[in-house]
Parts: sequence; structure tokens; C-alpha cells
Amino acid sequence: MRVVTLETEDDFDGWRDVVRGLVLDHVPPDQVVWQVGDEHGELFTGQVPLAPPSTGAFSVPRPFIDLARNAILHTDRERFALLHTLLVRLRDQPKLMEDQADPLVRKLEGFAKAVRRDIHKMRAFVRFREVQDDGGTRYVAWFEPEFHIVRANAAFFVNRFATMRWSILTPALTIHWDGKRLTEGLGASKADAPDGDPVEAVWKTYYASIFNPARVKVGAMLKEMPRKYWKNMPETALVPALIASAQARESEMVATAKTKIVPGGNIQAAWEALREEAMNCTRCHLYKHATQTVFGEGPVDADLMFVGEQPGDQEDLAGHPFVGPAGQMFDRAMADAGVDRARAYVTNAVKHFKYELRGKRRIHSKPDAGEITACRWWIDQELALVKPKMTVALGATAARSLFGKAMTIGRERGRVLELPDGGAAWITVHPSYLLRLPDEDAKREEYAKFVADLKAAAAAM
Amino acid sequence: MAQLDTRQKLEILADAAKYDASCASSGSVKRDSRGGKGIGSTDQGMGICHAYAPDGRCISLLKILLTNSCIFDCHYCINRKSSNVRRARFTTDEVVQLTLAFYRRNYIEGLFLSSGIIASSNYTMEQIVEVARSLREDHDFRGYIHLKTIPDADPELVHQAGMYADRVSINVELPTVSGLKRLAPEKSATQIEGAMAATKADILDTADAKKRYKSAPRFAPAGQSTQMIVGADAATDRDIVGRAAGLYGKFGLRRVYYSAFSPIPDASAVLPLKRPPLMREHRLYQSDWLMRFYEFSPQEVADAADDTGMMPLDIDPKLAWALKHRARFPVDVNRAPREMLLRVPGLGTRAVGKILAARRWRRLSLADIGRLTVSIAKIRPFLIASDWRPVALADKLDVRTLVAPKVEQMELFG
Repeated sequence: MRVVTLETEDDFDGWRDVVRGLVLDHVPPDQVVWQVGDEHGELFTGQVPLAPPSTGAFSVPRPFIDLARNAILHTDRERFALLHTLLVRLRDQPKLMEDQADPLVRKLEGFAKAVRRDIHKMRAFVRFREVQDDGGTRYVAWFEPEFHIVRANAAFFVNRFATMRWSILTPALTIHWDGKRLTEGLGASKADAPDGDPVEAVWKTYYASIFNPARVKVGAMLKEMPRKYWKNMPETALVPALIASAQARESEMVATAKTKIVPGGNIQAAWEALREEAMNCTRCHLYKHATQTVFGEGPVDADLMFVGEQPGDQEDLAGHPFVGPAGQMFDRAMADAGVDRARAYVTNAVKHFKYELRGKRRIHSKPDAGEITACRWWIDQELALVKPKMTVALGATAARSLFGKAMTIGRERGRVLELPDGGAAWITVHPSYLLRLPDEDAKREEYAKFVADLKAAAAAM
Repeated sequence: MAQLDTRQKLEILADAAKYDASCASSGSVKRDSRGGKGIGSTDQGMGICHAYAPDGRCISLLKILLTNSCIFDCHYCINRKSSNVRRARFTTDEVVQLTLAFYRRNYIEGLFLSSGIIASSNYTMEQIVEVARSLREDHDFRGYIHLKTIPDADPELVHQAGMYADRVSINVELPTVSGLKRLAPEKSATQIEGAMAATKADILDTADAKKRYKSAPRFAPAGQSTQMIVGADAATDRDIVGRAAGLYGKFGLRRVYYSAFSPIPDASAVLPLKRPPLMREHRLYQSDWLMRFYEFSPQEVADAADDTGMMPLDIDPKLAWALKHRARFPVDVNRAPREMLLRVPGLGTRAVGKILAARRWRRLSLADIGRLTVSIAKIRPFLIASDWRPVALADKLDVRTLVAPKVEQMELFG
């Protein structure tokens, strides 16, 4: 058994000098005990001392050196021996480094990766505090790295803050830059670091202000900024309160927006622009066969909004909703219900006519879920603009569009429902259903129910 | 109005900047402060995120507006003329001092400065350029600077901006021309694209000069980027991917950022008042990666969308594409060309590189692949390895249920 003592935990040069000799002397890795400083005390003293190593050279692939430089900074006790093992294997398999699926290469790459991440996090999460000392202004940071990275990372800070005087204190090592030279000292404790800096309050203001409460994603934050680093970062103290208040702030943002809007010019202009945009809609394939987009119509400050299924043959040609037979039935029922048709906004769940050609006739065909979903964007915009007190879904397709899921008319009919955006809604049949009923008695009965629905929905506002 | 102090201004002018998605401090030249009079460095290619906000976004740069007053009235923008928000305005020196104070404490990588348009586009652009000039010339600042250029500012001013900045950007704002017309009535797509073309020409010119004269100055070495708002107009994911591909192709952009439209206080009536579709934004970024790093053509990415032109929300676009092209799988990891390995869902660019290197020396087994990737379970149905052939899995009709995530990701407090 040979005992090798390296000077420090990150003593790459020392390890390299020794391991070169060991490999030349064909010493098997399991015959070597690596230790750092005098950590094992007398346990191994008196055992076989290290023979003067053979001198000589052999070539080592560059990727191995890069790997070893990082992996050696890891805290795993086995790292020196594992690297020795890999080096021995490399002499027989010079291309081994290219086999990243090899378990040993993989394991050491894992070490190196963890070290690189710690190096990167140190560059990111060191927080300097400004202090005055005999030499003037100095910036001092307290940082607790996971691995032995401080010495390897010093050059980064020298390059970045070349004209500042600074110190980074860590439990195992301190480094100091005076503008010209880098010096090292023994490890420090958190109490040795300054405990405040007035600029920190400004930084916290920035941190709180740049956070958008409408997009809380705590998991994503924790993935990149693990809690172990939090205790030395001033801004992280704000996180719990920011998360806790996020929903309230978002609701407030939305509520403010809802109350501030003055009905009138802005909405009318917005609606006209929206309608114009809808004329070129290609969100689903229906536009290819329809004559034109049939957009909603009516006063943009209407209290009542009616949503039908889709334009029919006549609407498609005219470019206006509810002008065909079903629309006339709807107008009649509105009059019988005593609801002012001219004060209502009427639109359709799907804005293009979907049909099948039978001979020369275009036969209405029911829009599918994908088409309803594609068109839902427009309904959402109309709802956001008009903000009706009551939205009436005429038929199953309209209900599906408004609620985003299938609704049973029989079960949901006859009472006020709540839309996903919070508005009030009522579900009833589509007027075309009344046209299709063959039996005159049933037609009369259903018509009366439909009129009653319209009356009740208008009254429930 | 009482005078606001710097901290109060920061509160207003950082809040006003939080809707901008871009944050990168990467991709510039390598610089450091040794031998200089100031501070700062950039690590070629590597950006550093100094903190993360609870919205999951990285904080790399001090991202602020010079002022949130604006003579424009873009409906999606919190700072538009008709908005009721509190207004504030930094002096150029306040921005310079704030940047330096934060930088010295290692809070940031540099500055990302944007502004509402005050007085005139040229006046605003002059102020932005002055901040960058002062940082670079008066303080020898060598950190990262990203400047937002103003749509119709004098090209000479935009040119100066690029001489000081690492990156310049101008937002296309909306993916469709009709959306831009509706939501940003004072902006024009032609004008924005004209500015991008001019910046591209500047970048190419100086790169060319650099080849001949080592001392030639650099113009925006980290290139130009842009941002578009998603969910405020009727554009589908397919439209957006097509638009982004066009921008990458025409103007050589480094990045297109997608910002899910977010409800804003005092919103204009034109806008939907809903929480932003964050998952949709995420899928668009994934689609963008497929084009930039996975050699997917825009048509192939669009192919991952469903009949309505939208990317599925429950699975990522690469998996969606693979499920639509089952005949091209499984892929033999020991034989397949690079471009096909890159199409295997769950295999990243690094893993593909390692597979290509390793298989020159031996045949790879499933366990080998397992060591090179995060999770082998989801990749297995798409792979052939020396000891593995996914006969049973490939024949199953419902591969999607096998590989799609079982639990929906929680958006809040996830």
C-alpha cells in the first residue's frame, strides 16, 4: 500500500505529478491511498513510504485533462483513485474518453458536471457588500461553495472586477484582490463578513418589481436557484411574500382593468378592428369553403349576448348572423318574450359556414370539437369587449364553446350558470331545433319553453 | 408631483419592464476589465443568471425603462399613452450609476435598457445611446449592454447604439400584420422590418471589416433579437412558427422571444383579460429550439401542430412530431445519421453527440443510452439498441399514453 499526500483538496498539479509516476511504475490504483494534508494523522505513518517516482512521459488525451481538472474539485473521497483508474485504462484504450457511455467515464463526468455547476453558481450568487477600510473601498462577500472551487474560480472574479479591491470569504479559504495581486487566507466564518449594504434595499426593490405575479412558477425558480444558496442572497428573503401575494396582485390587475374601461369609442374601435381581423381568419380549414367570415353583430355595450352555432347558407352569403329561417324564428321569439332584439349582441360559436354539398344544395354540417376550439378565440374576444351581463348559449355547440366542455342542455337549462371567466350564462335550445320538430303540438310547446327561457334569462340579469 | 427618488423610480420603471421576455447576456465577445479603468467582463457565449424571480424567469441584466411615458398608444402595452399608470423618468446618469452600483456587487451582468417614446423617436433614442456611451466611455464599463431601438429613429442613432451595445433589438410585437394594425396603430410592420434589415447590414459590414482590420470596431457582437406577444391576436402556433422562421431567415436574428400576453393593470379594452397561456409560450420556445438546434425545418415544426394549427399542450412538439411520423421510428442508435437521432423524443443535442462519439468504438446497448440521457423509459419505444428492439411498444396504438406525462404540470406553486 502506498500513501500519497496531496497538499490541498484541489491540488491538481500535485496529483498529476504523482500519478504520472504511479502509472509508469505500473502501480495498481487499489494499491494507493490518497490523502490531503495531514487528515489521517498517524494512521498511515510508518507504512511503506513513497518510492521516488519514475520519470518519463506519456501522452494523455486533452479531454481527460479537462475532465480531471474539474472532477478533482469534487468532494468525493474516491475522486483521486477513480481518476487514476481511468488514466490506467486510457493507456490501453486511448479512445476511451470518446466513450461517454462507459460507466467510469460517466461517473467522473458527473463529478465534473456538478463542479462546473457549482462554479457557475458561485459566479452568479456571490453578493459583494461595500465596506470602507484603511485602503479605501473594499467589496466583501461571504459564499459557501459545495465543492473545492474557490481557487479555480478566482480568475473569473479578477477579470471581472480588476479595478476593485475585493475579498471572497468561504469556510475553507478566503481570497483577496488588491487591484494587482491575488492572495489567499485561511477559512472564515459568516461573522467575519459585513452584514449590510444600503444598495441591497435598492436591489430588493428591483427584484420585487421585475417579478410578474401573473406568471408564478416556483418550480422553475427552485430548479435554477436551489434553497441551499438562499441564505446568502439578500433578495431571496422576499420570495415567500411575493408568492403569497401573487394571486391577489393578479386579481387586482384584472379587476382594475375591468373597472377602468369606459364604454364608447375605444370599444367600438376595438370591435371594428377585431371584426376586420376575423375576416382573414384561417385558424381552421372551414375558411376554405365558406364565402366569408360571419362575425357577431349588435351594440358593443349590450347587456345580453346570444351565441348560436354557426352561420347557415343565407348568413354565409349575406355576411350577417341570424338572417335565415332560424334567425327569423329567433326574432319572433324575442318579440314574444318582450326582449328588445335591437339591444342584444348576437354571434356564433363558429364563424364560417360548414356544409356538405348534396347535388347543388349546401347542407349544414355540425362543427366538430377542433373547429369549435379554433374559433373560441373570437368568442373570447367578443366577450371581453362586450362584457354582457348575461350570455345565452343557443344549443349544444354554443354551450360547448362558451364552457369549454360538453354541456347537456336538458340538465343545465332553466337556471343561471357561471362562465369560466366569471360571467353569467343561460343555456337553451337553438331556434333551428324548433324548425325541425315535425309535430305541431310539440313545436308549439317547445316554442313556448324557448320564449320562457329568453324572458327568464333577460330577467335574471 | 413630488420628486421621486431613484428607488421609487426603479420600482415603477422595473415594473414597467417586466413584460419583456428577453434576458440573455450570452453570445457576445470575450472581454474583461484587466488593464482598463473600469469594471466588467463578458464570458464568451456564457450568460450568467444572478437570481431567479418566483415567476421562474432569470435575472441577468438590470432590465428597466428610461421612462414609462409614451406618446404611442399600443393596446397591449402598460405604458401606452391612454394608460393610467404612475409615470416616472430616470436621468441618464441615474441609470448609469444604478448599473454600476449593482454590477460592483455582482447582482447583474449588465444593462438592458428600453424606453417609452417621449418627445420624439430621435430624442428618445439619443437618451438611450447616451446611457450606453457614458457607461462605455466615461466609466470604461465592459459588462453586457442590450439596447432596445426605437422603431423610426434616425438610422445613424441606431448605428451608434450598436457600436456601444452587445445586442440591439426591436420588437415585432405581434405575429400578424393585422394584429399589429389593430393593437399597435402607430407602428408599422414595414418600418420594423426595415430597421431589422438595416441592423443586419450593419452587423455584416462590421464583421466584414473585422476580417480585414483587427482594429475595426464591433457592431452589436451578440447580434439582434426580437420579441412577439403571443395570445393577443388570432395567430396560431403554426403562424407564429412560420413568422419566426421568416425572421431568422431574413434578418439573421439570434433569438426570437415569445411573451405570453399577460393581463395588465388598466388594460385597453381590445385585450383579453385572462392569465397568460404559459404552457403555450413554453411549447413555442420548444418549437423554436427544434429549428435552431435540432435541424427541424419550419414545415416540420408546423407539422407537429394539430388540425387547428396549435401545438399540443400535453406533450412537447418533438414528441408530437414523432407520434405523427411513427413510420420513421424506431431509430437504430448504432446506425442512424445524426439528423435522425436528433428527432428521437428525449434525446438532446449533447446526448446525440455522445452517442455518435461512442459508437465509433463499440455497439451501444440500452443501458449505455440510459447513462447518456435523463430518462430511458420515454425514449425506449423510439430506439433500437444492440440488445433492444421495441417490438411490443411500437405496435401499440397508444404510444402517446405511454410516453406523455402522467400528471399535468401545476401552473401555480408547482
